[in-house]
Amino acid sequence: MSPLDWLLFIPAVSGAVLLGVTSASLAAWLNLAASAGTLWAAVALARQVLAQGAWYSAGGWFYLDAFSVFLVALTALVAFTTSAFSRPYLLNEVAKGRITAGRLRLYHGVYQWFVLGMLVALTSDNLGLLWIALEAATLATVLLVSLYRTPDAILAAWRYLILCGVGIALALFGTILLFAAGSEVLGHGDEALRWSQLHLQAEALAPGLMLTAFVFFLVGYGTKVGLVPLHRWLPDAHAEGPTPISAVLSGLLLNVALYALVRCKSLVDASAPAGTTGSLMAAFAILTVSVAAVALHRQRDVKRFFSYSSIEHMGLMTLAFAIGTPLALFAGLLHMTVHALVKSGIFFAVGHASQAMGGQQIHRIRGLVHHHPALGWGLVVATLAIAGFPPFGLFTSEFLLFTAAVDTRPVLAAWLLLVLGVAFAGLLRQVQPMAYGAPPADARPVTVSLWPLYLHLAVALWLGLSIPDFLADWYRQAAHLLGGAA
Amino acid sequence: MNGGSLLAQIMSVAAALLLLSAFALLAQRHMRALMHWFALQGVVLALASALVAALADVPELYFSAVLTLALKGMFLPWLLWRLVVRLGVHREVEPLWNITATLLVGAALVWFAFQVALPVERLTHAATRNTIAIALACLFLGLLMMVTRRKAVTQVVGLLAMENALFFTAVAATYGMPLVVELGVAFDVLVATVVIGLFFFHMRDTFDSLDVAALERRMREGEE
Repeated sequence: MSPLDWLLFIPAVSGAVLLGVTSASLAAWLNLAASAGTLWAAVALARQVLAQGAWYSAGGWFYLDAFSVFLVALTALVAFTTSAFSRPYLLNEVAKGRITAGRLRLYHGVYQWFVLGMLVALTSDNLGLLWIALEAATLATVLLVSLYRTPDAILAAWRYLILCGVGIALALFGTILLFAAGSEVLGHGDEALRWSQLHLQAEALAPGLMLTAFVFFLVGYGTKVGLVPLHRWLPDAHAEGPTPISAVLSGLLLNVALYALVRCKSLVDASAPAGTTGSLMAAFAILTVSVAAVALHRQRDVKRFFSYSSIEHMGLMTLAFAIGTPLALFAGLLHMTVHALVKSGIFFAVGHASQAMGGQQIHRIRGLVHHHPALGWGLVVATLAIAGFPPFGLFTSEFLLFTAAVDTRPVLAAWLLLVLGVAFAGLLRQVQPMAYGAPPADARPVTVSLWPLYLHLAVALWLGLSIPDFLADWYRQAAHLLGGAA
Repeated sequence: MNGGSLLAQIMSVAAALLLLSAFALLAQRHMRALMHWFALQGVVLALASALVAALADVPELYFSAVLTLALKGMFLPWLLWRLVVRLGVHREVEPLWNITATLLVGAALVWFAFQVALPVERLTHAATRNTIAIALACLFLGLLMMVTRRKAVTQVVGLLAMENALFFTAVAATYGMPLVVELGVAFDVLVATVVIGLFFFHMRDTFDSLDVAALERRMREGEE
């Protein structure tokens, strides 16, 4: 079997197997092993694509280029470290009686299928298949968000299901219009939904139809990215679901949704009047960053707080892709990578912190540095990283994005600087007492697994100090692909 | 008169029927009647795709037509009705936010849909710009239904009605999506409905009610 076969085969099969494994500890180890296998396949696939360039599978369903394979590798990596984090975390939760053994089985099985959904979405060439996979991944996370079955969790999952159901229905309308435009050029068949084929003929697609389709993609996939004002499901889903799921939602699923949007944008750009799609996206992005930065100051729940930070960063990435110059695209891709790593790391830290302090309200989490030094310092460093402090990778990407904005839209750059300042203040103001305040008397030690957090931070630091050549080359290839029309 | 224009006329009739049923769903208070209209919508869709299959000579669409009839005309309405009966809410009459106002908003949405569809170029023989606009209007009406209804069951009917509008768009604008994609979408819809059904039971067990608006109000009061 080729690496791609393994990449999809491992999560598909292990998901089915894990639904039947009754021993909690064994299931957690199997989950970790399966994720390690997927990571191995992803690395093998990435090496293959790096060495040989874009690659089509037989039958034309799958297509891999620099852009998708870099996200495949990132997804597999974070899925792997998250499963390493979730093993002790969920065993703690079982010990506390928050979830039953049966639910844990459901968790492990559905987790693998969720990863499968994202990987199919990233590797598929067919935009219809991409939609199906993204919808399947959404349904999987709905089940995972409601895992605790508390009233809040059920309502959060319901809102998530309904809002994203609507969003994704609008994206399907866009896909149908795209297919209509494609079949005028490529004939009525699978070809007319294949991104690689459409990309070759992009100039010939009917501009009015494509632009209408793009509006639906923007609103539809934008709901899943968490763009304001379509973001309402996101903080709820992050706050009420189990913490490993918050980590993969923020770190991975939002990226995949943005990936879908960016792929569609690159098709529309070739025929639409110059700058239309970029301006539409930039308007949403700026609104998103601004609203999220202010909202950071008003949060009382720690997971909700960091989910607003995710909304802010998704807005920044969307802005980068909206600006669309090679520099901005490079910044966007780098930002995607580092944000996925740091934000999932933060959720690992926050998950253990709320287990130790017995709740996820910000006012209950105090004095982590004194009480759990390794955890507390990890959270402090990760917060500095997410706030865009040098020398971490997000500083580099935000700096590049700012430079690109100054070149193209100077007014927007000034506003961006102001908003980033507001977000920065919000982050430090809220995290400072969590780290340094006086620890509560009833805090208790918990078994934690911190190496995933440190690993993510180390990579984020490495990317801030020097971007390795192969990665920079990778980003440049991807940026070239996306900016090809410009 | 050639086959193309006959097809366009048939699709116009189907679009009109779809729009009628979308408005009927919007204004319907009784659970049983709601399910009837929803099933009728599925049957109209199946008929429309069978006719396109025959007139435009697209044999895959026969398959879609059968699938649609089975899934949307029969199975989903039956499944939802069974759930509603099991949950004991089948006799409930839903208090509606001002029906006249809702219908007026619906009419405004139809106008809006026509505006949105303006830049769309001429497509296949089956689709005029008006057909696309009406399909889009049905999509918006499903959305409006989800916003104005308070019960979980009717919100879901709204979501499925949106999906019906999408299917109609695909048939009219493109003679149907490729078969594998069609199957995948149908599979997702089926899984979504099952997940939703599970949620009804979770909601009833946790809250003893399926009234989403009241639940949210209660949660908010609990926080303060």
